[in-house]
Amino acid sequence: MAQEILERNVEKPNISFDGGDSLAIDPTKARLISKRRHTTLPQWATAWIVLIPALIFLVLFMFYPIVNTFFMAFIQDFRWVNGAGSFALGNFINALSQPCQSWDTTTGICEVYNILPTFGFGNFAIVLTDPVFPKTILNTLELVVIEVPLTILISLLIATFLNSIKALRGLFQTIFFLPYVTNTIALGLVFNMLFSSGQGGIMNIILNNLFGIDPINWLSPNVTTWSGAASRFSQGVVIVVYAIWNGLAFKILVFMSGLATIDKQYYDAAKIDGSSSFTIWRRITLPLLSPQILYITVTSFIGAFKMYTGVMAVYSSLNRGAYYFGGEKGEEWMPIVGWIYNQLDANFDKPGIAAAGSLVLLAIILLITLLQFAVSKKRVHY
Amino acid sequence: MAEHAMYFANQSELRAYKAKTITLKVLLYIFLTIFALFILTPFIFMVASSFIDASAFEKFTLYADFSKLGFENWTFNNYAQIFATSYLDSLGNPVARPSFAQYFLNTFIVAIGSTLVTVVTAVLASFAFARLEFKGKDLLFTFLLATMMVPGEMMVITNYQTTIMLDWKFTFCALIFVHGVSVFYIFYLRQTFQQIPNELYLAAKVDGVSDIEYLVKVMIPIAMPTIMTIVILSLMGAWNSFIWPTLVANGGWKYNKKYDMRLVSNGLMSLFSSDIAKGQDAIKVAGSMVVTAPLFVFFLCFRKYIMRGVSRSGIKG
Repeated sequence: MAQEILERNVEKPNISFDGGDSLAIDPTKARLISKRRHTTLPQWATAWIVLIPALIFLVLFMFYPIVNTFFMAFIQDFRWVNGAGSFALGNFINALSQPCQSWDTTTGICEVYNILPTFGFGNFAIVLTDPVFPKTILNTLELVVIEVPLTILISLLIATFLNSIKALRGLFQTIFFLPYVTNTIALGLVFNMLFSSGQGGIMNIILNNLFGIDPINWLSPNVTTWSGAASRFSQGVVIVVYAIWNGLAFKILVFMSGLATIDKQYYDAAKIDGSSSFTIWRRITLPLLSPQILYITVTSFIGAFKMYTGVMAVYSSLNRGAYYFGGEKGEEWMPIVGWIYNQLDANFDKPGIAAAGSLVLLAIILLITLLQFAVSKKRVHY
Repeated sequence: MAEHAMYFANQSELRAYKAKTITLKVLLYIFLTIFALFILTPFIFMVASSFIDASAFEKFTLYADFSKLGFENWTFNNYAQIFATSYLDSLGNPVARPSFAQYFLNTFIVAIGSTLVTVVTAVLASFAFARLEFKGKDLLFTFLLATMMVPGEMMVITNYQTTIMLDWKFTFCALIFVHGVSVFYIFYLRQTFQQIPNELYLAAKVDGVSDIEYLVKVMIPIAMPTIMTIVILSLMGAWNSFIWPTLVANGGWKYNKKYDMRLVSNGLMSLFSSDIAKGQDAIKVAGSMVVTAPLFVFFLCFRKYIMRGVSRSGIKG
């Protein structure tokens, strides 16, 4: 029974109201009695005509890339060559038909054979034994596990607090939304400067005044006169703080819209029963907000696993380019996506490895989504 | 609080209750204010420090000398540098450099072009999905939704090859057409279209109106708020796009001519590493300001549309 209700609610969003096709007018007949003469196309023809523009883009830049990337990931020793047969399968067949790289000019016998591409899991083996890739998975996991729950908790608190005040509510709401309409790179620079490596960086001053902590070299890999190179921990702090700052806006907005739909009668009833504010929050707000919390949890985890710009932006003003993520070699906090783009940019003639990396990312995302839906079946109240 | 008065046995209990609620309210406002400050600090820092000259900036950031933010140190020089088309090297010779005006122009073209393409494809496709009946509709739609799960990186790898194949690198085509369709916008608009009562369609059919006419004259006007939201989110997305332009349009040479196809985000990245901003962080901050300020103005003008659209989407360019 409960399952049935759940499914019905999931499939039908509450907003759709159907006018009903139950009217006694049949549109096809209506066309016959119409006085204006129109050569109207049948619906299916119109449908395919209006779908054409979208379909062209979808096929070229979405469906085909998914299939192609999938394919490339499973071809070992795949070398991408521009020109005819640039799509993976064509290239693959091309390469197979050219087994020889150079011939002995006099005898015509093959001297050097090409390494022929083969199907298999070779790319995945390369990716998983790569010196950096497994580390990027751990990096991403660490950042996600710290950042996402913190952001959700803080935004939940802010949203419930905002919901319970009247004065200044609009102002606070606008302020909390501001990070959403900013440029990630631009604000990354500002965070870099707030956590300035200088002794007087604002964050250093605040920490010094409040807790008497010595100035910290937050991000710079350079050893300065007064401090060593930035530690992994201090860099992680900056990344997480920036991620939280960046991530609150959207979550607060969604929670606020969820809170607005909760019936005030529940709260009145609880107050009459003399429940404390915390009990009300725990027993009424949280359960009734659980669909939004599920939605935010799923999207945040997926989004966080795809983090790239936010991490890179924190380091952007160190002038090390778009693939620098701290440390000596720029790998200290490199996220999965950073590794994929780095691979693609560095050896785009061997896209199989980047493709395999992106498939690993897809697998992680699918796994987490499934896990969360499995958990939510027990916990979410619709 | 008057409605609660009857539940209290005596005055002192009522007073205790009132004191408790007031303390709670105060704590609540303190919490909100702290986080509001956390949100605002970077903006305040950015605005204040972008207007002060280099030496004042150094004192301000290195020694936290807040007095340097005073008006006597204010200058528009940082901004002038951002938009300058040349700078003087150490020997005093002028060296040409890309100006932010170029980046702005590039971004405007891409933003308007890609928004146009995205909106047209989304309106037409969602019309088909919401209003028309055809074979394979459900299958195609499920297929579309499934692609939303796939991380964009998978597509980027192949799209990059396609871009090279089509000789689109360093062209507007790569920036506009590759993201010319958004499954999410189709999905979002379809929902709005579906809320339009069927009676309107049937009435239009009685009048002999064709499907396309019905879309243009009835559905688009009714769905205008949603379309506006899509336009605004799409413009913002183009303004903030970074990864794809970095791969396909990050400066470069073509046909023996130097092309600068960078968009503002990439322009900002290249500003950070350019000679002009070397050791001059005030100019970098001014660059950040220049990229952020238009977004803010945009937000203040279209607050309603943006917040409504975002609460449904969760996309950020």
